[in-house]
Amino acid sequence: MIGRRSTILDQVDRMLFPLIVAVAIYVTFRGHNAPGGGFAGGLITGAAFVLRFLSGGALRVRRSVVTHPTTLIGIGLFVAVATAVSPLFVGDALLESTIWIPDVPLVGEVKLVSSTFFDIGVYLLVVGVILTVIVALGADPLHAELMGDGSEEVEP
Amino acid sequence: MLVLVLLHAVVAAVVLSATRLRGTVAAALGIAVFAATAVTAALQGIGSDVPATQSWDWVPDLGLQLTTRLDGFAVVMVLLVSVIGAIVLAYSASYFEPGPTRVRFTGLFIAFAGAMTGLVAAADLFTMFVFWELTSVCSFLLIGLNDRSASARNAALRALLVTGAGGLCLLAAVILLQVAVGTTDLAELGSRSPAGAMVTTAAVLALTGAFTKSAQFPFHFWLPGAMAAPTPVSAYLHSATMVKAGIVLMARLAPVFGDLAVWRWLVVVCGGTTMVLGGLRAMRQTDAKLLLAHSTVSQLGFLTILVGLGIPGATYAGVAHLVAHAVFKAGLFLGVGAIDHATGTRDIRRFSGLGREMPQLAVMMGLAAASMAGVIPLLGFATKEKALVALLDADAGAATVVALVAVIGGSVLSTAYSMRLMRGLFATDHRVIDPEHVHHAPGGWLVVPVGLFTVASLLGGLLADAVGGWLQAPARSLDGVEHSSLHLWPGLNLALGISLAIVAVGAVIGWRVPDEVAASPVRVSGEQIFQRLFDGLLTGSKRITVVTQSGSLLAYLAVVMAIVAGVLVAAIVTDPLAGFDELTWSDGWMQLVVAAFAVVFAAAVIAVRERFVAALLIGGVGFACAVLFALYGAPDLALTQILVETLTIVVFLLVLRQMPRGFDAPPAWAPRVVRVVISAGVGITVAAFAVMVSAARTAPSVGETYAELSLPEAGGKNIVNVILVDFRGFDTLGEITVLGTAALGVTNLVRMARRRRRTASDAATAAAVAEAELS
Repeated sequence: MIGRRSTILDQVDRMLFPLIVAVAIYVTFRGHNAPGGGFAGGLITGAAFVLRFLSGGALRVRRSVVTHPTTLIGIGLFVAVATAVSPLFVGDALLESTIWIPDVPLVGEVKLVSSTFFDIGVYLLVVGVILTVIVALGADPLHAELMGDGSEEVEP
Repeated sequence: MLVLVLLHAVVAAVVLSATRLRGTVAAALGIAVFAATAVTAALQGIGSDVPATQSWDWVPDLGLQLTTRLDGFAVVMVLLVSVIGAIVLAYSASYFEPGPTRVRFTGLFIAFAGAMTGLVAAADLFTMFVFWELTSVCSFLLIGLNDRSASARNAALRALLVTGAGGLCLLAAVILLQVAVGTTDLAELGSRSPAGAMVTTAAVLALTGAFTKSAQFPFHFWLPGAMAAPTPVSAYLHSATMVKAGIVLMARLAPVFGDLAVWRWLVVVCGGTTMVLGGLRAMRQTDAKLLLAHSTVSQLGFLTILVGLGIPGATYAGVAHLVAHAVFKAGLFLGVGAIDHATGTRDIRRFSGLGREMPQLAVMMGLAAASMAGVIPLLGFATKEKALVALLDADAGAATVVALVAVIGGSVLSTAYSMRLMRGLFATDHRVIDPEHVHHAPGGWLVVPVGLFTVASLLGGLLADAVGGWLQAPARSLDGVEHSSLHLWPGLNLALGISLAIVAVGAVIGWRVPDEVAASPVRVSGEQIFQRLFDGLLTGSKRITVVTQSGSLLAYLAVVMAIVAGVLVAAIVTDPLAGFDELTWSDGWMQLVVAAFAVVFAAAVIAVRERFVAALLIGGVGFACAVLFALYGAPDLALTQILVETLTIVVFLLVLRQMPRGFDAPPAWAPRVVRVVISAGVGITVAAFAVMVSAARTAPSVGETYAELSLPEAGGKNIVNVILVDFRGFDTLGEITVLGTAALGVTNLVRMARRRRRTASDAATAAAVAEAELS
């Protein structure tokens, strides 16, 4: 945390954070047909975490995600690679897209493209990268344990 | 055959992974595999006119396949590999103490035998190369089996480096032949009789590879070093099989390249030097195993001359002597191992009267040594006799004369060192004070294998005519010529006279040579030269690293930027592209305003004195660019640019709060002039290049195709995103991998810095506490 804590910023963060993440997820999924995508969505989510960092410090950022940030990088990379290689198992080329248009009751036809999963992987990885950087570089020198599991630290 | 090779690998993997397996079970498994291989090879290969060929497509797109062909020569080699392998494995079961090392040995041994089987049965050079490298790796692991010993590790590394370098030569030869001739199939190569500079280069490279593997001068030094391996390994790899890989390669290629003068002279000179040098070195050894190692080097030189010349009679003699050598040398190695096991030493100066304590072993090893010395009626006599006849009859000019002289000289020495070995081990020598005695008699499993090899040597000699008949097919499969057979009694002729003279002279030298002369130190050894080259390489690269990697960020940047500017200037000067005439200043006043902002921000970066402010200003330039993207109708790009710019500024600030506010003073080597020239150079050339390149398009933009294919192929209307996740998805995959790796790097750097700081502060605290206690 840089400087003194501001109540106004705290409240702003509390209200805006879920909103920004919702927008980010929306941007990620609309990316296929309109400006956006996993990379942009990941960056927007990253911006939400930056806001949280500015209001509450690296510790609060670390507490607001369940997994370790580097785990998120691994999951994202795994999802992307899995999407990339899965066509090989059905005899298609690497990274080949498949389009499904299932008819969901009450909703109607929904178009699903396999590359969306690739984008989800990119999203998770970008979020993981930003979180890692914030937690690593943003930690106060005193809060060294943050890099570990962070459990023994008390919020100031 | 391929299935059997695979079986070796599977069994080896099972044995290596099941470390709690009993050693005897592991050995039994191995012997079963060897037996299966031998039986299959014999059934498929012996007596059939058309060799059994098997092939498996490895990379069909590149035309790479693994092919084996069981012709006569391959059958003989496979039988040698698996039969000797089975005997040695049975021997090793009582040689090693029970434990994990023994199981590891068994697993590696089976893996090695599999690689060797594949190598000798290979029908084309590519397949041979694959197995060739596998044998190098297995041999490295086997030499270094005793991984606690530094000398064993060094010997293993040296063997790997030398044979690995040879493997690279072989690979180059394979590629050259594929390009020049269009095939690497051995039979095809022979029938096409290739010629030309490229083919000659390939021949020399392949020969170099064979020389490294078969320990020919000047690569002979790794083999004696490899004696750091346990004795069964030495007996198998370094006498009977792996070192024969080079001989196999030469035997396969000699019919194709034998007429090349450079091939013939290399074979004769290197083989002859090796034969004589190995013999001389063997005379100096006092360790029985090292003596045998040097004798192997010498015998390999002999084999190189015989099979490398590509003269029909010599090839036949070479194949026969290859078998004879494998049999007697394996027996001798195992015998020395048994003595080592029983007495605890292999130093031939420490024995006196061992012959009376171990009479059976003395007789058996004596017969094997007699075969090595070329004494009638053993197999070694018949094969050496045949070799002399072939060389005397050959009419290949001066090379055969040199070869003959080297062979005679080397043979005298081999009789001499055989005599020296036997005398040192078994004779009664009163000068030996407190000689070594048998501490515990070797078990049957240590002696019976020696006996088997001895019986084979003796029977092979007595039945030389029959054995010679069996060896007709293998030799014919190499050069396609009928040969006259081996004989126990060849009749009175010049070769017999030379043979007898060799044995007589050699025996006298071997008996009479004083130990002091023999044990005088060698002045120049290949091992030292190799070590010096190796050390020099390491220190040299260290020095270069120190010079090029200064650790100064400014220096790295200066070098990179200067090279970028230099390359661009060269490109612009040599091929000036037009493009400036199409240049317009702007498409509207908005762009001019935004661009003006960017220029002002950039100029301000140069002027400010604080890092914080500079970082913010660079961010300003980035935002201006984002606005420009938006004005040109690239919302995706603009969105991403704005987001990246925002987050970059935050990261910048996070880092900068740990650093001094102002900039450091520049180092003396980079005065203002240098920095300005480099920066301005990069800026101007990159800008000019961008203008020129955009005007230089000749092919239609790939964007058009992407735009057409985006919706039907990838189901997306946003081309940018479809390019990222589909058309160029592989690029994205690479990029996100780099991104993730970089983040992990940041984490670790920070963690390291923090740990260092903590240890420093801990030390300071400890010092303060100590001081307080003192006062």
